[in-house]
Amino acid sequence: MKTNKILGIVALLLLVGASLAMGVISSEEISPLDTGYEVGDMAADFSLKNVDGKMVSLSDYKNAKGYLVIFTCNTCPYAQAYEDRIIALDAKYKSKGVPVVAIMPNNPSKKPGDSFDKMKERASSKGFSFPYLIDEGQKVYPLYGATRTPHVFLLEKTSKGNEVKYIGAIDDNYQDAASVDEKFVENAVDAMLAGKEIPLKTTKAIGCSIKA
Amino acid sequence: MNRLFIVLAVLTLSFSCKDKKVEDKVVAESTMEKNQTTSKNVESDVKFPIYDFDAFEPLLHKDDDNTYVINFWATWCQPCIAEMPHFEQVYAEQKDNNVKVILVNLDMPNMWKSRLEPYVEKKNIQSEVVILDDPKQNVWIPKVSEEWGGAIPATLIYNKDKRSFYERGFTYEELNQELSKFTK
Repeated sequence: MKTNKILGIVALLLLVGASLAMGVISSEEISPLDTGYEVGDMAADFSLKNVDGKMVSLSDYKNAKGYLVIFTCNTCPYAQAYEDRIIALDAKYKSKGVPVVAIMPNNPSKKPGDSFDKMKERASSKGFSFPYLIDEGQKVYPLYGATRTPHVFLLEKTSKGNEVKYIGAIDDNYQDAASVDEKFVENAVDAMLAGKEIPLKTTKAIGCSIKA
Repeated sequence: MNRLFIVLAVLTLSFSCKDKKVEDKVVAESTMEKNQTTSKNVESDVKFPIYDFDAFEPLLHKDDDNTYVINFWATWCQPCIAEMPHFEQVYAEQKDNNVKVILVNLDMPNMWKSRLEPYVEKKNIQSEVVILDDPKQNVWIPKVSEEWGGAIPATLIYNKDKRSFYERGFTYEELNQELSKFTK
């Protein structure tokens, strides 16, 4: 008798649990998921192939104070609009200890224009002064939580690891570098190097979604 | 199917902005004027209305009996183009059921004549097409939805009672299923 009762309760709980689980799954499909880094997280290092064929890791930069990890690609019009500004960021901040490390996150079989060969061509025709790495196997961009190109992650090298300081867009006007009011990334790097609070830690921008 | 769906959702939705207080800076008026004048000669004969966000925003807050499907897209965005027929089909099937579809184009100004117009013409797009031309994306993206990181395709479905935002692409079935939560 008692056992029956217990069995009944267990069955009931299972039913409730199952329906709850189903509810959770269906609502998860349409709500934002919490993956990737937030400001304050420690970012993982990686070892990815550069357009020159060599593997590159953040730890290769012994004297860096930080890194501008920028997910970008050949094909996205927004990424193209920002190419010259990414080159300018590297020119300005590499000597100050914050080099640009660019990562191409798209699946080249979906985006032939982003193949490794095309990356090499692009890097050489634009004269990239920074590594342009392919995220082979597409493991790094989901870890960082990059969703679009271009998508910038500013990291500061600390005793505890590479701390995420800023996530978002390069500046507030993709159309015209001359009309920019706020240079989000430059402001963030300047504040970081000065040991000050970064004024704007995350920004949003339209970008090309990364092709898995 | 479900699993594929979740994987896709993870990929497209993974950027969730935790620092909600993104500085809500009002766009300086001088900048807006500058943008309008710089794009004026390009836009003079474009077939679609061109809005900055202030002019566009009322489309996100209509208080009538319609359900609005607001799709943010661009001709250079492959998954946007892939889902476009589903929006057209839904519009064709449900326009008499108080469903309005507005395709909000985010092409760059130099693509309006060269890409947008030919695309809409070639595909014989029947839904309403408007151009949102406002480079201050960090200001307006959160005003569309706090959930939106900025990746497209993205879609807002709303009526006067409820609204949902989706930072991902749709199949026809998925779009219909979401829309059915709004239309009775």
